[in-house]
Amino acid sequence: MSDFTRADVCAVAIAETFRGDGEILASPIGILPMIGVRLAKLTFEPDLLMTDGVASLLGSVPPVGVAATEAVVEGWMPYRLVFDVVWSGRRHVMMGATQIDRYGNQNIACIGPFERPKAQLLGMRGAPGNTINHPTSYWVPNHGPKSFVPKVDVVSGVGYDRAAALGARAARFHSIRRVVSNLGVFDFETPDHRMRLVSVHPGTTVEQVVANTGFELSIPASVPETRTPTGEELRLIREVIDPKSLRLQEVKA
Amino acid sequence: MDKRTTIREAVAGLRDGMTIGIGGWGSRRKPMALVREMLRSPLKDLTIVSYGGPDVGLLCAAGKVRKVVYGFVSLDSIPLEPHFRAARQNGTIEAVELDEGMLQWGLYAASLRLPFLPTRAGLGSDVLKVNPHLRLVKSPYDDGEELVAVPAIPLDVALIHMNRADARGNGQFLGPDPFFDDLFCMAARRRIMTCEKIVATEELLREGSVHTLKINRMMTDAVIETPRGAHFTECPPDYGRDEAFQKEYAASAAEPEAWKAFKARYLELGSEDEYQKAVAAR
Repeated sequence: MSDFTRADVCAVAIAETFRGDGEILASPIGILPMIGVRLAKLTFEPDLLMTDGVASLLGSVPPVGVAATEAVVEGWMPYRLVFDVVWSGRRHVMMGATQIDRYGNQNIACIGPFERPKAQLLGMRGAPGNTINHPTSYWVPNHGPKSFVPKVDVVSGVGYDRAAALGARAARFHSIRRVVSNLGVFDFETPDHRMRLVSVHPGTTVEQVVANTGFELSIPASVPETRTPTGEELRLIREVIDPKSLRLQEVKA
Repeated sequence: MDKRTTIREAVAGLRDGMTIGIGGWGSRRKPMALVREMLRSPLKDLTIVSYGGPDVGLLCAAGKVRKVVYGFVSLDSIPLEPHFRAARQNGTIEAVELDEGMLQWGLYAASLRLPFLPTRAGLGSDVLKVNPHLRLVKSPYDDGEELVAVPAIPLDVALIHMNRADARGNGQFLGPDPFFDDLFCMAARRRIMTCEKIVATEELLREGSVHTLKINRMMTDAVIETPRGAHFTECPPDYGRDEAFQKEYAASAAEPEAWKAFKARYLELGSEDEYQKAVAAR
């Protein structure tokens, strides 16, 4: 089973961002994040907690995009309890980012000036509270100079430069783990927490990533390829987690 | 005490310039029958506080709104609310955009009669920049930590929609999430509750456990039975979201002519009853 798609590679890369998290609430926003968290849960991270996207904690791993009528429910998690979990820190969220910059500042609020935006987006949602309280990762399915920008128009999710300005104590729960895009995997493991290229997906080059990024990335001398899915992971993705192939709507084959 | 009334009477008690909190979440269990009655009224200059959905969009489109206090405005299955976007992009409303948890804290502070509640949420983000009225507070204890002091968000009126209620004003949610409806009520001076069905008090536990009785009668002033009153938002287990109607709503917002036709067909009617008939006749 070597005929994997780019979407399958992204699912594995997303699953990897949750490795080692243990018994916390994993909150994936978007189709590929939902697939990746399920994959982590079914393989190396079985203790993760996950909701059905409404108010139930799932005790089983139902496929994405299918009404979870057969799913086992192991708990109740309405929004106000989610907020409690956010502020208690026992959570790792993977959000989207309309814009993200080199320090991991994220914008989902609006494009253009806040006072009169060119495009109003979702709003701040939970991004400010998430990023200052618990680990956050990002999923960007359309990596390009308009999404990876030198400066975000509005800071919804707090990046490392903003966190540093707050001081070590105020920012002690701040952690941007990883950014996964349709081109590669990124982290902030550099002296001043600038974004670093961790790996490029098979079929992508470092040059391609650089050309599609609107700021200077930290690039190690040698950049590996993103881990490819194992046969068992491919089986889980195709047969158990995403039998309707919704992942191909978010990342084209 | 019998708190039953009509949506017409309830909305007639609202005034221009009021701060009105609307329960529900996104396109879920919104008191839409009350919102539609507001559209039929001459009300204006309102401040709307909401985990926003089509309630915010419709009121903005009708020119009723001066200011919106929100964490997001979304139709859930359609991520962006078209009329709210237009209002923001045309600069016709003032925006107080908060973190979702900060909005909860503001309502909770108001309901506890506290001036503010502290939180870490907002630190380092542009929530503080775009809301210059927000201030920080320093912990008086040895840690000395600086936190955001979320100011209380007191409401003149709260509007909520529940699955069941009794005539005395006890309310019951039968779906998976109570959202923050109790906080909206506790933060408000006047509290108006619509419901799918008014039942006798002794029947309240017939369909749900005691835990579903989230709204007690100290938290409400008026009760109105409005079957399908949350339409087109979802109100489980009574009904799901009317996705086809929501699509029609969102699509019509893109074209002035289409929006005019949508309004004529569904909104510029004499009553909630006529709206429900127009929806059923599709």
